[in-house]
Amino acid sequence: MDETVAEYIRRTVLKMPRDEIKTMLQKWGFLSEAQLQTLNFHQIKDNISQEVVQLCEENSADIKQAAVLDIIYNHIYQNKRMWSVYQMKKSAEELEYFDITDFKKKFKGRLRSALKNVTITFREYEDNAIWIRVAWGTPYKKPNQYKPSYVVYHSQTPYVFISASVLKSNLPLLCQALIVASNYHDIREMELRSHSLNSLKDIVFKRYSQNFQTDYSKPLQGENVEPENADLRIVQENRSEKERIHRLNREVFGDGPQPKLEFAQYRLETMFKSDPKMDVLDKKEPFRCLVKFSSPHLLESLKSLAPAGMADAPLSPLLTCIPQKARNYFKIREKKGFNPESFVSP
Amino acid sequence: HLATSLPLPSERDHLRPRIDLIVFMIDIKSKYSLKNVEASLAYVDASFFLGKVCFLVTGVGRVNYCSIETNAICKLGEAYGSPVLFCELELEGIRVTTAQRLLRMLQICAGHIPGVSALSFVLLMRNFDDD
Repeated sequence: MDETVAEYIRRTVLKMPRDEIKTMLQKWGFLSEAQLQTLNFHQIKDNISQEVVQLCEENSADIKQAAVLDIIYNHIYQNKRMWSVYQMKKSAEELEYFDITDFKKKFKGRLRSALKNVTITFREYEDNAIWIRVAWGTPYKKPNQYKPSYVVYHSQTPYVFISASVLKSNLPLLCQALIVASNYHDIREMELRSHSLNSLKDIVFKRYSQNFQTDYSKPLQGENVEPENADLRIVQENRSEKERIHRLNREVFGDGPQPKLEFAQYRLETMFKSDPKMDVLDKKEPFRCLVKFSSPHLLESLKSLAPAGMADAPLSPLLTCIPQKARNYFKIREKKGFNPESFVSP
Repeated sequence: HLATSLPLPSERDHLRPRIDLIVFMIDIKSKYSLKNVEASLAYVDASFFLGKVCFLVTGVGRVNYCSIETNAICKLGEAYGSPVLFCELELEGIRVTTAQRLLRMLQICAGHIPGVSALSFVLLMRNFDDD
């Protein structure tokens, strides 16, 4: 077995938490159940990984199998990576039957014709997701297995989720291969990024609970604003205001859990408006400013702002439009009578 | 009675008892909270400021999250001639002590303590600050 393959497998096993090594090796299926039984999972990971490499040696593992193990790890720990969303466009509305073998062949063919040194691995999952791992090399160097790109494609949709490696120069080639293989004619990057792959899917596939404009003019019967203290000696003076905030919040955010995003970024290219007498940049040139909201769970924290009394309800549409517009990067330009619809993607 | 801002909703006027003490709670972690209090102060009748108003600053335990200068709040207290109390609601001991202090003040303001009026009490508190 190749030295580099052995080292790669060893490092991949070291990444895994000790309690999960056995399950992941089983999912991998490259080592037999009998071989797995011989492994001692109660020793330090260093030793476990050495033993795994030895077993792989017996089975003559090559880079292809090692790559599959890497996909398995990254599928389970997908939230460690940053994912971007891309949308593909068809030129005409033909309903073509998706053939996975054809897709793989075309994808591999396109990449290999441009770059000989690539490792391409596919793995399909039950939710119709096709995971693709690509390790990139150059015409003179073997692929760097430690910086691969991952692509998740749901064949029934025009969306592709890409976790690019640091080597951004390969991105155009990757995009090209995707549209050729899937019979689309164009691909564009959406302004939507997050660590939570499932939340990105929820947003673009519209799987989160959306707000519906219902007639809430009559207060709902028996609606509890919050689990208030049942102490009757405390009188809430602003109960109707609290109910209004709660209702507005429900209308905007819906009832279910929000998709998990870590930040929203607004790039301002608007004019600085100040008292003309102060002579500070007043309307002379755009005031470049970047506003970034970060949170472990941005949308949930926005949802709790008004009920917590930290912001007025309703919240600015700039914040609440994030799931509907499927973007968390915005560019705000000067427009007469500022209109949130005037966003332009770069 | 708990309210998020003043003025109080007029529809409940007939249900409200006499107000003896107004405690303005300012969360030191939120500038919004200070602005809200400053806006609400405009709706308080002048007679309340003779000892029936108090400022309670919460959240002082978390030093890293202070958004408001204590200086600004003390100036507010001076401007309105009312005492400023500091507390940390997340600590049970301090929470209980603060509640006891407020209760004591309320008893005085409601006239339950013979010989001490709200006005004389607030002057007592002010004198301590001034040295």
